[in-house]
Amino acid sequence: MAAPIALHLEFGGGAELLFDGVKNHHVTLPSQSEPWDMRQLLAWIRGNMLKERPELFVQGESVRPGILVLINDADWELMGELEYQLQDQDNIIFISTLHGG
Amino acid sequence: MPVQCSSCTKKRAVLKRPKTGHSLCKDCFFWAFEEEVHQTIVSARLFNRGETVGIGASGGKDSTVLAHVLKVLNERYDYGLKLLLLSVDEGITGYRDDSLETVKRNQQQYELPLKIVSYEELYGWTMDAIVKQVGLKNNCTFCGVFRRQALDRGAMMLKVDKICTGHNADDVAETVLMNVLRGDIARLRRCTAISTASEGEGAIPRCKPLKYTYEKEIVLYAYFKKLDYFSTECIYSPNAYRGHARTFLKDLESVRPSAIVDVIHSGETLSVKEGVKMPVQGTCSRCGYISSQALCKSCVLLEGLNRGLPRLGIGKHHRLHGKILAQQPLTQQEERKLKAIDF
Repeated sequence: MAAPIALHLEFGGGAELLFDGVKNHHVTLPSQSEPWDMRQLLAWIRGNMLKERPELFVQGESVRPGILVLINDADWELMGELEYQLQDQDNIIFISTLHGG
Repeated sequence: MPVQCSSCTKKRAVLKRPKTGHSLCKDCFFWAFEEEVHQTIVSARLFNRGETVGIGASGGKDSTVLAHVLKVLNERYDYGLKLLLLSVDEGITGYRDDSLETVKRNQQQYELPLKIVSYEELYGWTMDAIVKQVGLKNNCTFCGVFRRQALDRGAMMLKVDKICTGHNADDVAETVLMNVLRGDIARLRRCTAISTASEGEGAIPRCKPLKYTYEKEIVLYAYFKKLDYFSTECIYSPNAYRGHARTFLKDLESVRPSAIVDVIHSGETLSVKEGVKMPVQGTCSRCGYISSQALCKSCVLLEGLNRGLPRLGIGKHHRLHGKILAQQPLTQQEERKLKAIDF
């Protein structure tokens, strides 16, 4: 059994508008048999945090194209994207590029 | 597993560049980003020493990054430019008033002079008032046409030599697609140009120094540099057509990141066969602004608003221009067609 993990989630660039305008969220993912990965985190966000219009944030099992993801301040494309295994106290940032200009 | 920077091989990479696939650390990324904009400016000869350059500033990510990078490069390479910020206040409560606050902070942060021109002072109408009259369907037409001219007018007041805007690679690719989808050959041919030539009186040359810069990199540059920008969607923006083009392009980019520069390349290389009829650029006989018709779009839209005929500038009513110029009354039938608003 993997222990519960605490994460700091941050939404910016307009993505926060899908989360009541709140940018910073401290969440705890419950313990489960397998370690948590990004794929599961996105499903968890969709099920637990997104209140309306989830299609503006997730597409299929990933984020909607145009939303950038940083894991501990590094582009998630360098970190394995959906396969990245989350660690306790990880900092995950979602920045929308789809807003304004 | 942290990835090392492929350039300096010392520090931890923070991003994978969409254009090149390189993994770079923060410092190498900043350097590469700024140098590429510099290369674009130098190779296209966008500026000349001693010029005054107005940066179209909305407070959003693109223009904020543009202002920052131009200031850095102007100092680093001694371009000898006088930079200033030029903003348009469309009069959209709860949107532009907030984003203009960001521009005012940028003015302090970058120590650049700022000029704000408003639709209200230029046209006598705020976007809030326009939306009240025309509804939410065609309002973006008014806003887009008025903004283009407002920037020019502001630039003339400040006597700037050139205007530069924050249009990025994604924007240009989107515009190429939209012009293809609309069959707008004249715009398709123009839209990839990095700068507009001086088109005579009434228009100030414009350029897009971020034309080859990916949106992803602009956003990450702003994030890692902790630049202060505003990112709320316009409360009146139902620009559905652009939205579809955008989503399509973003989907393509996620499969093949080069899609964006490739679409731009296609647009740049395209040539229109002989014999295709192109509109002839002239000047508006009312205000003197560039126009391919007797009246420029802005004057037609304004006339429509002032006469309570908001549809006058929506769609094609060129044959009415003569009547409007001569201030002749429209027939009842003509009026009826132009009044109807489909909400």
